[in-house]
Amino acid sequence: MHDQNKLWRIALYGVLLYAAVYYLLPLYVMVTTSVKSMDEIRAGNLIALPMSITFDAWTKAWATACTGVDCNGLSGYFWNSVKMVIPAVLISTSLGALNGYVLSKWRFKGSELTFALILFGVFIPFQVVLLPMAQTLGWFGLARSVAGLIFVHVVFGIASTTLFFRNYYVGIPDELIKAARLDGAGFWRIFFKVVLPMSTPIVMVVLIWQFTQIWNDFLFGVVFSSGDSQPITVGLNNLANTSTSVKEYNVDMAAAIIAALPTIVVYVLAGKYFVRGLTAGAVKG
Amino acid sequence: MTQFNGPAQYGFAERWLPRLVLAPSFLLTLVFVYGFIAWNGYLSFTASRLLPNYEWVGLAQYETLFANERAWVAVKNLFIFGGLFIGGGMAMGILLAVFLDQKIRGEGVLRTLYLYPMALSFIVTGTAWKWMLNPGLGLEKLVHDWGFTSFTFDWLVNPDMSIYTVVIAGIWQSSGFVMALFLAGLRGIDDSIIKAAQIDGASLPRIYWRIVLPALRPVFFSTLMILAHIAIKSFDLVMALTGGGPGFSSDVPATFMYASAFTRGQMGVGAASAMMMLATVAAIVVPYLYSELRGSRNA
Repeated sequence: MHDQNKLWRIALYGVLLYAAVYYLLPLYVMVTTSVKSMDEIRAGNLIALPMSITFDAWTKAWATACTGVDCNGLSGYFWNSVKMVIPAVLISTSLGALNGYVLSKWRFKGSELTFALILFGVFIPFQVVLLPMAQTLGWFGLARSVAGLIFVHVVFGIASTTLFFRNYYVGIPDELIKAARLDGAGFWRIFFKVVLPMSTPIVMVVLIWQFTQIWNDFLFGVVFSSGDSQPITVGLNNLANTSTSVKEYNVDMAAAIIAALPTIVVYVLAGKYFVRGLTAGAVKG
Repeated sequence: MTQFNGPAQYGFAERWLPRLVLAPSFLLTLVFVYGFIAWNGYLSFTASRLLPNYEWVGLAQYETLFANERAWVAVKNLFIFGGLFIGGGMAMGILLAVFLDQKIRGEGVLRTLYLYPMALSFIVTGTAWKWMLNPGLGLEKLVHDWGFTSFTFDWLVNPDMSIYTVVIAGIWQSSGFVMALFLAGLRGIDDSIIKAAQIDGASLPRIYWRIVLPALRPVFFSTLMILAHIAIKSFDLVMALTGGGPGFSSDVPATFMYASAFTRGQMGVGAASAMMMLATVAAIVVPYLYSELRGSRNA
């Protein structure tokens, strides 16, 4: 009985470690490929360790690789994404916090219906708004601009940020709000002095969620931007699919890591909140 | 002490402020979600091709859509991809969650490793797997180097198999997520149930199969919803990995819609296919939301 148990534990750890290798292998291949030269890539194989390490592919991916007609690497795309993601995350998170506060603590006739209407926005396939949005951005003079992308991400981010905050604020006891009101605090004072100081965890969750979503977005980027306003995901896709005479996989992999780095850093530093966002979003809808 | 009996006690500002604060989001949703769905719906009944053209043509675009071989390939691929992606992701995620739940040393590290692909963009995942699966220097060469020189793995460039490469990469990215959801569910289950069953002499696999997993039905359904949702919307992964090719062999509805509306000058067909996607999502989500919301009202 005891031996059998031990065997079972060994098998258990074996499977779990095997799974870890499976998830890590692509990352390992990306990193090692990115520091090899093309000659070495041709001579060796996928999982061979690099014999000599070179960062040529990295500098090329950042500054001189071709992404279509232009050959300026990913740097411009990267900064576009930074310029897009910061305002979009801050605005959509702030709106979500206020909406959640109203929908949980200041309910009025019709507020539940409003919530249901907003909630549906979490689920729609965005394909259904692409054509009208392209036209509308043109009318506003926002077509093919970073500002236009910020606008789109804010509009379609509201649904999930509102959902996150609303579900969190429902858990704050109404008595706290009532007590604050007895003390003469109004709508804004209660929000800034009572509710917001209790919101750190959910603010972290939503900031990280929105950052990951918007940084990783490709659909809006490819449809609503062009040339010098395109985000990093579009840049990476252009770079990897630009047909040159010689396919440079080391540059592709360096570019992919550059595109992934910000979200990986966030995951490593604040993975707890990232996971909480994933599971909360899942369980609540 | 003053009595607070509800809205009548608030000042004018207090009564209108909440509505005012919610108003911008409400209006944005009304216009940019519902208004745009209606607008897109209208477009799907017009003769729009390269540019919007509001000449009414009834169901002509839908007829073109349903007569289009490429559209049917996309639908078929969605079923292949969706079925295998959901099935494979679920099986792997549940297995890992159950295994991780056995008081494992280093559980935190393993969990982090299983889940990190979820933080990546599908474009990054697609680019990485495109390199690994390429027949020239990728996996195929690796296996050749190991001595199996007759091994071929050309799914990426084989029109009959290209959609399965999307499945491979999709499961790699999302199965850790399933694991996280089920692990959270498993942690919510009372240990004493398992202990009681063990005392009765039930084996561990039997306990999980007959008692624990059935108790996780709600988690199962929400995970199913999310994976189905990811599958129907999947666009980035296909674009980065196969670009819908070779030919249009790995097209899915989202890439079909994009190609019709933005690169092939068939705006009306694109709008019609977007409406079909919306209908598919609604058919899955609306009953789910309805039961969820009704459930929470009863709770």
